[in-house]
Amino acid sequence: MKTMMNHLVKTLVLLTLFTSSVIAAEKHVATLRGEVNIDTQTTPSAIANTVNKDIKQGRNYPMQPPVIPHKIRNYEVNLNSNKCMSCHSRNRTEESQAPMVSVTHYMDRDGNFLAEISPRRYFCNQCHAPQKDVEPLVENTFVDMHTLMKSKVNTKNEH
Amino acid sequence: MTINRREFIKANAVAAAAAVAGVSIPANATNLITSSDVTKLKWDKAPCRFCGTGCSVNVGVMDGKVVATHGDIKSPVNKGLNCIKGYFLSKIMYGKDRLTTPLLRMKNGKFDKEGDFTPITWDAAFDIMAEKTKQTLKEKGPTGIGMFGSGQWTVFEGYAASKLMKAGFRSNNIDPNARHCMASAVGGFMRTFGIDEPMGCYDDIEATDAMVLWGSNMAEMHPILWTRITDRRLSAPHVKVAVLSTFAHRSSDLADNSMIFTPQTDLAILNFIAHYIIKTNRVNKDFVNKHTNFRLGNTDIGYGLRPEHHLEKKAKNNGKTAGGSSPINFEQYAEFVSTYTAEYTSKLSGVPVDNLNALAELYADPKTKVCSFWTMGFNQHTRGVWANNLVYNIHLLTGKISTPGNSPFSLTGQPSACGTAREVGTFSHRLPADMVVNNKKHRDLSEKLWKIPTGTIPPKPGYHAVLQNRKLKDGELNFYWSMCNNNMQAAANLNEEAYPGYRNPKNFVVVSDPYPTVTAQAADLILPTAMWVEKEGVYGNAERRTQAWYQMVEAPEGAKSDLWQLVEFSKRFRIEEVWPKELLDKNPTYKGKSMYEVLYKNGQVNKFSINQVPTDRLNDEARHFGFYIQKGLFEEYASFGRGKAHDLADYDRYHEERGLRWPVVDGKETLRRFKEGSDPYVEAGRDFQFYGKKDGKAIIFALPYEPPAESPDAEFDMWLSTGRVLEHWHSGSMTQRVPELYKAVPDALVYMHPDDAKNRGMRRGDLVKIVSRRGEVQTRIETRGRNKPPKGLVYMPWFDASRLVNKVTLDATDPLSKQTDFKKCAVKVVKV
Repeated sequence: MKTMMNHLVKTLVLLTLFTSSVIAAEKHVATLRGEVNIDTQTTPSAIANTVNKDIKQGRNYPMQPPVIPHKIRNYEVNLNSNKCMSCHSRNRTEESQAPMVSVTHYMDRDGNFLAEISPRRYFCNQCHAPQKDVEPLVENTFVDMHTLMKSKVNTKNEH
Repeated sequence: MTINRREFIKANAVAAAAAVAGVSIPANATNLITSSDVTKLKWDKAPCRFCGTGCSVNVGVMDGKVVATHGDIKSPVNKGLNCIKGYFLSKIMYGKDRLTTPLLRMKNGKFDKEGDFTPITWDAAFDIMAEKTKQTLKEKGPTGIGMFGSGQWTVFEGYAASKLMKAGFRSNNIDPNARHCMASAVGGFMRTFGIDEPMGCYDDIEATDAMVLWGSNMAEMHPILWTRITDRRLSAPHVKVAVLSTFAHRSSDLADNSMIFTPQTDLAILNFIAHYIIKTNRVNKDFVNKHTNFRLGNTDIGYGLRPEHHLEKKAKNNGKTAGGSSPINFEQYAEFVSTYTAEYTSKLSGVPVDNLNALAELYADPKTKVCSFWTMGFNQHTRGVWANNLVYNIHLLTGKISTPGNSPFSLTGQPSACGTAREVGTFSHRLPADMVVNNKKHRDLSEKLWKIPTGTIPPKPGYHAVLQNRKLKDGELNFYWSMCNNNMQAAANLNEEAYPGYRNPKNFVVVSDPYPTVTAQAADLILPTAMWVEKEGVYGNAERRTQAWYQMVEAPEGAKSDLWQLVEFSKRFRIEEVWPKELLDKNPTYKGKSMYEVLYKNGQVNKFSINQVPTDRLNDEARHFGFYIQKGLFEEYASFGRGKAHDLADYDRYHEERGLRWPVVDGKETLRRFKEGSDPYVEAGRDFQFYGKKDGKAIIFALPYEPPAESPDAEFDMWLSTGRVLEHWHSGSMTQRVPELYKAVPDALVYMHPDDAKNRGMRRGDLVKIVSRRGEVQTRIETRGRNKPPKGLVYMPWFDASRLVNKVTLDATDPLSKQTDFKKCAVKVVKV
C-alpha cells in the first residue's frame, strides 16, 4: 500500500515536471485514495496505535502548538475537571516534570494575565492532539525558516 | 536523534567557548543566528482558509515561502488564538502533489473520456474547453452549461464566475457548495425577515446569560467561537450552556443541560418551547404586537427526491406551493403549538421532561439573555428552512433579538459562504445583494449595473447542486466546470448520481483544484490552481465581517488562481458566440467584442489602474490583465448593495482593517441590525424594524413536526449521521496533506455505541461495512473516543478520500432550500 502510494507520488512529480520527452499518463490521480476507481475502495487499514513515547517532537515554527507525545485516553476535560492541567499547570510541573503550558495560556482576551489558566484556553484538545503511529500519505515540502536562514548565512560566507 | 542531554551540551559548548574566547569561527558554526537581515520575517494578515468563523491569521513569509502562521492578536474575532487547523495553515500549500500543469484524459494524443490524464498546456486546455462549450451551446443552448462553485471562493472569484455564467453564457446553472451548507439558513432568513444573514454578532457571546447549541458541535466545527463560549461560561458562573444533538460529542463536555434527541424531532422541541413561553404567560406582547405577524405554513412538502420517487408522488405540496403560507392570529398560533406539550415532545424526542423544561426556561425567563447557535444540524435537514423559522419564533415571541446578548445566530460553515455565496449571489436563483433571477426588477437593475442589454439574464432559476448531479447523470448538463470544491466526495448518494453523472460520455467535466482530489479523478480535464495567500482575496464571515488579504507568495509555476482562469477563459468567446442576435441588436456597440471585453474590460472592472496596486506587493492577476482587477470587481459588485442595507466600505479600507461588519454606513460598521440606535437603516421612533419586510414586521410561522425521508426499519436498522472533525477541513484535501493533522486523525472511523457493537458480535477496530439502499462503504469500528452515539445511531465523518461515506447517504433535500440532509438516513452495519 505504502509503496504503491510512493510510486504514485513519484509519478505525479514526474508528471508535473513534464519537461522530458516521455509524458507520463495516469488514471488514478487522487493521491489520498491509492490506485483504485472511485466506485471501489482499498481495504481500510487497522486502527493505528497512538504514539506514546513521551518524546517531544520539534515544532515547525515557534508559534506552533506542540503535539501531545502520549496517550490521552480517558483524560477528562469537561465542565468539572481538566485532567491535562493536573500535570501541565504551573504548580504541578515540579512534581510531574511535564512542560508547563505556555504563559500565553494565562492571558485573557485582552492580554491581561490571570492567576490561573484562561478559560478561553480550557479545552486543550482544540489545539493539541496526540499522533497516531502512521506514515503520511503525501510528503509535505514545507521548509523550516531555520533551514532558509542557514542557507542564507552560508551563501553570505561563500562570498 | 539518539544523542543524550550530556552529548548535546558538549557539542554546543564548542561553539559557545569559541565565542567567549573571541575566536572567529564561521557563522554557520555558531548555534544562533541573530542578524536581523537574516532572521526577519515579513508578516501580513489574512483570514484563515478554513471555517466561517473568520479568524484573522498573521502569516510569516521568508524567501517567497510561508514559514509560520499564528492567530492575529489584533483581530476582534480570535484575539490571537487559532484552532489546531489554523495553527498548521503554513503547511497546507506544500503538499508534494500540488498540481502544476493542466491534465487532460487522452488516448493516442487526443481527448478521450476513457483516456489517462496527460499533461497539456494552458492554451490547449482552454482550446478544448472552448470547443466543448461552443458545441454544447449549439446543441443544448445555455442550459447545457453549468458550474459548481464555492463558499471558499474569494468574493471576486464568485462575482466573476456568476457574471460569466449569468450574463456571459446566459445560464443560471451556477451553484456553490454552500448549497450543501447554508441554503436552509438563507431560506429561513428570507422567509422570516426578508433579508439574509444574522442580525447579531459574536460580541453577543460575552454579553449573554445562556447559550443553546442546536445540533451544532462548535467545539470541533467552530473551535474559536467555542473558546469564546467556554470563556464566557467558565468566567461568569451564572451562565448556562445547553447542547442539543443526536449524539454526545465534545461540545457536550461543557453542557449544563445535554440533550440527545431522536433525529428530526428538533422541530417538535422548538414548538414545545413556543408553547411553554405562551403557557407560562411570558410572551413579550408589546414586541410581538408591534414587530411581528403570524402565518400558517403549507405542510406535506415532500423531500426533494427525484419526482418519480414514491415519497414525492405522495406529497401534497411538493411543487410551487411548498413555500406557501396564510395569515393567522396569535390565538390560532397558540392553538397550533399547544399540541407540543412537554410529555408529547419528550415521548417523540426521547429527551426527559425536566431537561425540556429547563431548556425552555432559558428562552422564557425575561431576565435571561439567550443566544442560539446552529449550523448543519438545522441546515442539512429536509425541513431545514422550517427549523430556522422555528428558532426565530422563540426569539421573536420573547423579543430576545438584535440586542446585546440576545441573538439567534446562524453559524456559517465555510470561510466565505456569507461573503461569496450568499452576498454575491452565486446560487442558481440569486443575484447580488439578496436579489433573485425570477424578479424582473432585480434582473433589470443587475443588467443596468452590468451594462448589458435588458433580457440577458434568464428569468428561470438554474440547476441547484443536487439537480446538477442529476442532470449530469441524465445527460442534460454537458459542459460542467467545478471550482474550489470537492463535490464527488461531498455530495450525497455519489454512487447513483454524481459518479455516473461525471462519467457520462455526453458530458465534459473540468475540475480546478490545487490538489488531485477525488473530484479531479472523476474529471476529464484538471486545472492546477493557486490557493489562499498565493492570490489576493476577500472573504466574508458569519457575522457579516468582510476581510481582505494581499497575495504574499507566488503559486507553484503553472498553477493559476480561479480568478485568472475565469477571466482568461472569457477571452475565448466573441459575444456573438454566446448571445443571440436579438439581444446583441439592443446594444450594437458590443458587436465584434470578446466576452472578456463585455464583462470585465467594461470601463468599470478595469477602472482602477495597475498603479494602485502597491509596488511592493505581488498581484499576479492585476499584472497579467493590466489593471487592478480585484478592486474593479469588488467596487462593481459593491454598487449592488450600497444604499440598500448591504453597504460595503471602499475596497482599500479592507486592507487596513481586521474586517468590517456590513452595512458599513458613513465609514462605521454595524454590530446589530434591526434595532434603533444600532442599525442606521432603522427609522427613528421604530425601536425595532425588520425592514426586509415591507411593513417592518418579522413573521412567526406555525409549522409542524413532519417525519424524515428515511427512518430505520427491520433491515436498515440504524440512523447514520455524517459530519466533520476538528483536525480536518471538509474533504481533507488540504489538511490530510499536513503530516501533524493527518497523524492526529488519519482515517474516518464509524462511531458506534458499545452495546450496538456487542449485539452485532463486533469489537472496536473490526472491519465493517455500512450499507444503505444506495451503496456501501468499508471502515473500522470505534466504540470510544470523542463521539458517543446513543444506541441505534452511528456517526462517520466524510473527510476521508479513501472511505467515501457519501456512497451511502441519501440525496433527500429540503424542498424549500434544496439543501441535502446529510444527518439522517437508514443503514445497517455488518462485518466484512
